[in-house]
Amino acid sequence: MRFRYVAIRFLQTVPVLFGVSVVVFIIIHSAPGDPVVNMLGIEATDENIAELRAAYGLNDPLYIQYFNWLTGILQGNLGQSLTRNRSVTALIASRLPATLFLAAASMAIAIVIAIPAGIVSAVKKGTTSDYTVTIGALTGVSIPNFWLGLVLILVFARTFSVFPSGNYISPTEDPAAALRHVLLPAVTIGTAFAALLARQTRSSMLDNLNQEYVKMAKSKGLSSRKIFIRHALKQALLPVITVAGLQFGYLLSATVVVEQVFAWPGMGRLIWSSVQQQDYPTVQGAVLIVATLFVLVNLIVDLTYSYLDPRVSAS
Amino acid sequence: MSSENASGQRDARPTGLQRTWRGFRSHRLALAGLVVVSVVTIVGLVTYIDDTLLKNTLITSIYYSPFEPRFVPLQGPSVAHPFGTDTLGRDVLARTIYGAKVSIQVALTAVLVAATIGSLLGVLAGYAGGYTETVLMRAVDVMLGFPALVLAIGLVAALGFSLTNVIIALGIVYVPQFARIARSTALSVSNEEYVDAAKAMGYSTPHIVFREVLPNCLSPLLVQASLLMAFAIIAEASLSFLGLGVQPPTPTWGQMVSDGSGYLTSAPWISLFPGSAIFVTVLGFNLIGDGLRDALDPRENAERRF
Repeated sequence: MRFRYVAIRFLQTVPVLFGVSVVVFIIIHSAPGDPVVNMLGIEATDENIAELRAAYGLNDPLYIQYFNWLTGILQGNLGQSLTRNRSVTALIASRLPATLFLAAASMAIAIVIAIPAGIVSAVKKGTTSDYTVTIGALTGVSIPNFWLGLVLILVFARTFSVFPSGNYISPTEDPAAALRHVLLPAVTIGTAFAALLARQTRSSMLDNLNQEYVKMAKSKGLSSRKIFIRHALKQALLPVITVAGLQFGYLLSATVVVEQVFAWPGMGRLIWSSVQQQDYPTVQGAVLIVATLFVLVNLIVDLTYSYLDPRVSAS
Repeated sequence: MSSENASGQRDARPTGLQRTWRGFRSHRLALAGLVVVSVVTIVGLVTYIDDTLLKNTLITSIYYSPFEPRFVPLQGPSVAHPFGTDTLGRDVLARTIYGAKVSIQVALTAVLVAATIGSLLGVLAGYAGGYTETVLMRAVDVMLGFPALVLAIGLVAALGFSLTNVIIALGIVYVPQFARIARSTALSVSNEEYVDAAKAMGYSTPHIVFREVLPNCLSPLLVQASLLMAFAIIAEASLSFLGLGVQPPTPTWGQMVSDGSGYLTSAPWISLFPGSAIFVTVLGFNLIGDGLRDALDPRENAERRF
């Protein structure tokens, strides 16, 4: 049963990824302006343009261009950047680690803040701590992340010089420095994410605390600490994991903006600068990779969830 | 729902919405959110009228202060310029007010577009089932395969940076959210007895969809709409902040925050005020969304009323 579920989920992912690639291709190809003219500048002769168009295969019908692109992708070739003298694959390979590191750090900060806060809020429902968490969570989701980033830079980097304002350092080279440098951008993204997770933890804990088995355990005379840890907490954290995974897209969206604030050399900044320079192959490749990453994370979350809660794959 | 007619009230159909409003009213934070959102919306609306009909007379009278006719860059808040002036000596208050117009216009139109298209597609999928449902929902899955802002950036890059294109991009991005909710609600609603009754009475499919199924899906869609308004305002501001949204000289909140980002220590007001405007407006929509959700969920309603 479980093997079948895993197989089905894998097979379902294929058409989604295929659709994603079609959408990316269509969007980028409907962009205004001729990339070849942009590359050669206004002084290009008609022959030059025609030559380069043929070289890039831009005269072929769209479906052939798409097919060529797709074949290239499957071989790990995303094309050539128009403005930087490098392949799109190489560009992405050089930027992806910074984004993944930032996303992981943000997720870690969010979980560390959100889960205890959500639990306290649920267990002490209706008290001042509950209200504080609820209002804090509302504030967290409502602050625009780029603004929070600027304020954090102002306070912690400029005024007090406690933490550096970004500047990616690879965690494999110098882990301690890497953590110090990722802290401010990760807190910026993690705040809103923590808010989402804290709300989910709270409502999921409340659901479980009201369940029959918790009442049953209480009536058996188990201490509330035991009930809490053995029964409610484990069950309650399942939906939280799912939300954390599903909201990974939110995290990726946030990195695009926050990377800009902290000059973080990741995928978001790559997409941003390529859009500005009309470097369409790079935009195309980078958006495709980000979307693929998101779809795969969702797949992993689904499979983890079905592993932890076998009822899911049964249905 | 028709069974709740027992009290003999005649207008039985909107009971869902009426009940929601009653629950909403008792939620103090949600009412506060409603007040904030109303104020921002009215400011936006007045600015819009001022822009289209009055040739910006009102905003100009705020912009050109009678107390200080000259424009000095980087002046702190004063009587003449309550929010200070920016790097070019422009009045930050007038620009923040105009920014409300842009934010509300973009978010409201985008969410309306998304809600209309998304709910129609979703209700159609849920009610029709079969092949239609499979095709529509797979398309929705593909759209949801993109992080929202990344898709919006891709769309804006292809369409060009302008107010209309930001609206179109965000409108497209939020379609799947509505389609999903509308579909699941429509699925549960179409199994209700009154839909069977309508079918048995020989009503046409459009009649059943528009008169029976859709009205009963409205409440969850309303919650989604107000939460997405919050997201749309942040998304518009983020696009503007990145320089990929509405272009200068039209002032937008995101762009103003970006303008002031180089002057955080010397002139914090430049980004402080538009930043707070985004925060307060988004908070307002989130409060409304929460209030509506609690009002719709009778179980939660009893638990978190404050």
